[in-house]
This record gives sequence, structure tokens and C-alpha cells, in this order.
Amino acid sequence: MATVIQTDRLTRTFGAFTAVDAITFDVQTGEIFGFLGANGAGKTTALKMLTGLLSPSAGSATVAGFDVWKHPDQVKKRIGYMSQKFSLYEDLTVRENIRLYGGIYGLKMADIKSKTQVLLQKLELEAEAGKLVGSLPLGWKQKLAFSVALLHEPRIVFLDEPTSGVDPLTRRQFWELIYEAAAQGVTLMITTHYMDEAEYCDRVSIMVDGRIEALDTPRALKQQYGTDNMDEVFRRLAR
Amino acid sequence: MITVHNISKSYGTLQALHDISFEVKEGEIFGIIGPDGAGKTSLFRILTTLLTPDQGHASVAGLDVVKDYKKLRQIVGYMPGRFSLYQDLTVEENLDFFASVFGTSIREHYDLIAPIYRQIEPFNKRRAGALSGGMKQKLALCCALIHKPEVLFLDEPGTGVDPVSRKEFWEMLADLKRQGLTMLVSTPYMDEAELCDRVALIQKGKIMSIDTPQGIMSAFKNPLLAARSDNMYQLIKDLRTMDGVADCYAFGEFAHVKMNKDGTGIQASEEAVRHFLQEKQHHNIEVKPAAATVEDCFIELMKN
Repeated sequence: MATVIQTDRLTRTFGAFTAVDAITFDVQTGEIFGFLGANGAGKTTALKMLTGLLSPSAGSATVAGFDVWKHPDQVKKRIGYMSQKFSLYEDLTVRENIRLYGGIYGLKMADIKSKTQVLLQKLELEAEAGKLVGSLPLGWKQKLAFSVALLHEPRIVFLDEPTSGVDPLTRRQFWELIYEAAAQGVTLMITTHYMDEAEYCDRVSIMVDGRIEALDTPRALKQQYGTDNMDEVFRRLAR
Repeated sequence: MITVHNISKSYGTLQALHDISFEVKEGEIFGIIGPDGAGKTSLFRILTTLLTPDQGHASVAGLDVVKDYKKLRQIVGYMPGRFSLYQDLTVEENLDFFASVFGTSIREHYDLIAPIYRQIEPFNKRRAGALSGGMKQKLALCCALIHKPEVLFLDEPGTGVDPVSRKEFWEMLADLKRQGLTMLVSTPYMDEAELCDRVALIQKGKIMSIDTPQGIMSAFKNPLLAARSDNMYQLIKDLRTMDGVADCYAFGEFAHVKMNKDGTGIQASEEAVRHFLQEKQHHNIEVKPAAATVEDCFIELMKN
């Protein structure tokens, strides 16, 4: 497997405060990588650097073959991003949102049209295509947002707490979309506060005070900490 | 302590609450468990007199939420879902402000907030906007308790908060319960249901079930197995096609396999599932009986 994200002592400081402290890790193509940590541990700052939105203070990171500091625009073209806080325009319809994002990522009109059809069918949203996104249940919005983030066939999709507040059934349907994308070779990097979801990841890292304190498969981490659940692993490290 | 009778509320064509009824006893922690958009916040706003119901009536500590709203506001504490303190005031200024609004002082009921307040006291002079998520939550809780309310309403205190801070927060609620406080707590996290005395499972404005967490879980009648292999996505897809399997979904490290209620014993089912997965070429197969959680029950109720 090829390495698609690689960081080397990646660091970001804000004044005297070190938000991300020399983190080194790599992520392989098609991997579902859980990026965990308590509030304020530095996850968001790290994600911002990996998505080319914030430049590192020291160290380096390569995403989809490009240096995030030297070529942030090349990185942005090759990644998708969705979060619970912002993903779609509520006052545009489902179809308009798809067209907008397709356009932003430079897809041809004909491609946008055919992809829209496939996407609506897959999500069983054909009847909803003309409805405002704001009127959809949260779970549907999140599934749509994820599909839109995949529209330009990015190599990596960053998901920042995508399932927060979503009902248990839709949360699982969402994860099946993630599994499916991974099976097609897309790399997924995901943050979540649901520890059962940490178990769905191939590997997880746990950040504490800006550093990666643990990184392994969920199974190996549980073994290492002598427990049968990720909740306990997380608590031991983060407390 | 809280009585809710046939409450309904609509916004235009959207029915947020549909014929909701339940009662909360004195000293209970009662959980309203459901996803975003289920109607939890509308319900909380009605019970704290910030919104009037279209139909039905409700009372808190014997006071009607519509007729006695002024008196009621004096005896309830409310911690809304969204951080609603003054970001530009310091920790101490926020507390002072809320104390003075209720005609009291930080010192008057200090005992109640002391265990929580001590954790944020070192940051007394820091502005609320500059606090971390966990500390904001503690400050908000102190502000909601400053007038020693009889009933405390907590609307999604755990949303967006990491598992460690959530756990700490529930420990604080358990302390408050020991002091006799009645609490209504809403959450989208199903695992938090087990920390409540009783819960109502709510979805699309309707209550699907009210019971103790044990009662909710024991209502799950299908035999349930946990299964895993090296390829979980394929395992879930395969098991859904197997005869005798009613449903299958991811559940942490394992998938939960809900079997039909056809009288097949749990051991026979376990064997059948193992055999089926072997035939489908799965590796490192593990199958074992599982106990239904509140989340299993919620999924089942949603599907009915």
C-alpha cells in the first residue's frame, strides 16, 4: 500500500502556546484512520494544516504527494472535507448544492449531471432533489454532504465529527458509506467522540496536549491497555 | 415533580412535538434520549416557560408552565444546549451576574456549586469565551445552579464534548442527585441512557418508549449475537443475506446480528452464523451471544 499522508515532526504554535507538538505519522491508501483526542488536544489545528488551511510552524507534511506548506492549492484539489458544523448550503436545494460543489471543483457540466443522477439514486434522494437542504433530517444531510465531498473523486476525505447528534440507525448507514469509499481506495481521516466508531477504524491515533500519545489498530491498543473497549483506552490516555 | 400531559407543538407545517406525556419523580435523573431534530429542545423550552405549547399542559413542582411562568422561573435551573453565557465577562462576573438576577449571591448557596466551582476557580479572571469546552460546561452548570433550583434542566450537555469530559460531567450530576436535585437531561448519546434512573426514547417528536434503562433493554426479545471477522464491511453485507437473520449492523468492534424469533436456540444460531461466515471465506471469525443495549432497542423502535 502506498502512503498518502505523511507528517514529519509537524508543529504549530500560537504565540507561546504549542497546539501541535512535532507529530509524526503516516496514513496508507484506502485506510480508515481515526484521529482522536480530547477537546483542545490539537486535532483541529492538525487537520487545518493537513488540509492546507494553516501553515505549519515547523516540520512538514505531505498529503496526496504534495507538501502542505509549499503547495496547499494542489493539496486542496485532491482532498474532500466535511464537518458537522459546515457542509452544505441550507437554502439551496439538494440538486443546487451538488451543482455548486461540482462547479467549485471544476467538474464539467455533463459530468455534474451524470454524477448527480448516480448520487441521488444511491442515497434514495430522487424525490428530494428539488427540496431545500435545510428541510432535510440531519442524517440525510450528513450522508449527502459526504457524497458531495466525494464528487471530485478526491484521494483523501477528511471528516470532522460527521455523525455528531445523528440517530443510531443513520449513523450506521453513514459508516457503511465510509466503508464503501475505503473499499474503492479512498483514504478517510475521521474525528469522532463516539468511541464505538473508533472501533470501525483500521488504525487510530490519540492526541494529548498536542502530541500523538498512541497510534495503532483498535485491537492492539486495547490489548496494550488491558481493556476490552476503546472508551477505557481513551480515558487512560486523556485524563 | 414534572408532569407533562399530551403536549404538542408545531412550527408551521413541522410538528416538533406530538402528544408527549410523561412524569418525573422527585430526586430522579430522567433522560430524554434521541437524535438532533427529535424535539428535545422544544420540549425543554416549553418546560422552562420559554415557549408555549399548542396543546396539552405541563407543570413543574406543581406550577403550570403557562399560568405560573414567573414563579416557575425562580425555581428551575436551565442549561441550554448552546453555550449561552456572556463570552466577554469573566468566570466570576458571569456567576455574579446570574446570582444577582436571581436575587442571591455566590456565597449564599456555595455548598451546592462548590465541588464544581473549585475546578474552575483558578480561572476566575479569565473571560468565559477563552475557556475550553469542558470548563465552559462547568461554568454553565454553576450558573444554572446558583439560585439552588428545585429542578435542573440540562439540554444536551454532552454534545461536542469528548468522552472524558462527558464522564466527568455525569459524575457531577450523580453528586447533585445525592443532594436531592431532580434533573431532566437530554442527550443524543445512547450510552448515557444507562446513567439515568428512567428514560424516554424520542424520535420525530414522538416518545417511542418510557422505562428504566433495564426495562428498555429487556424489551428486546430477539436473540442477539456479536460477530466479527477481518472484513467487517463484507461481514455485515453477507450476514444481511443469511436466512434467520433479521438485521445486522456495526456495533463497535463487533457487528450485532439480530436473529429471527423462530425458536432456534442461541447456541444453534451461533453455530449457524459461524458456519455461514466460514462458507463466505471470512477469516478470524468470532461469534458470541450479546446483550442488547439501549442503542439496539432504539434502532428496533425506529424501524417499527
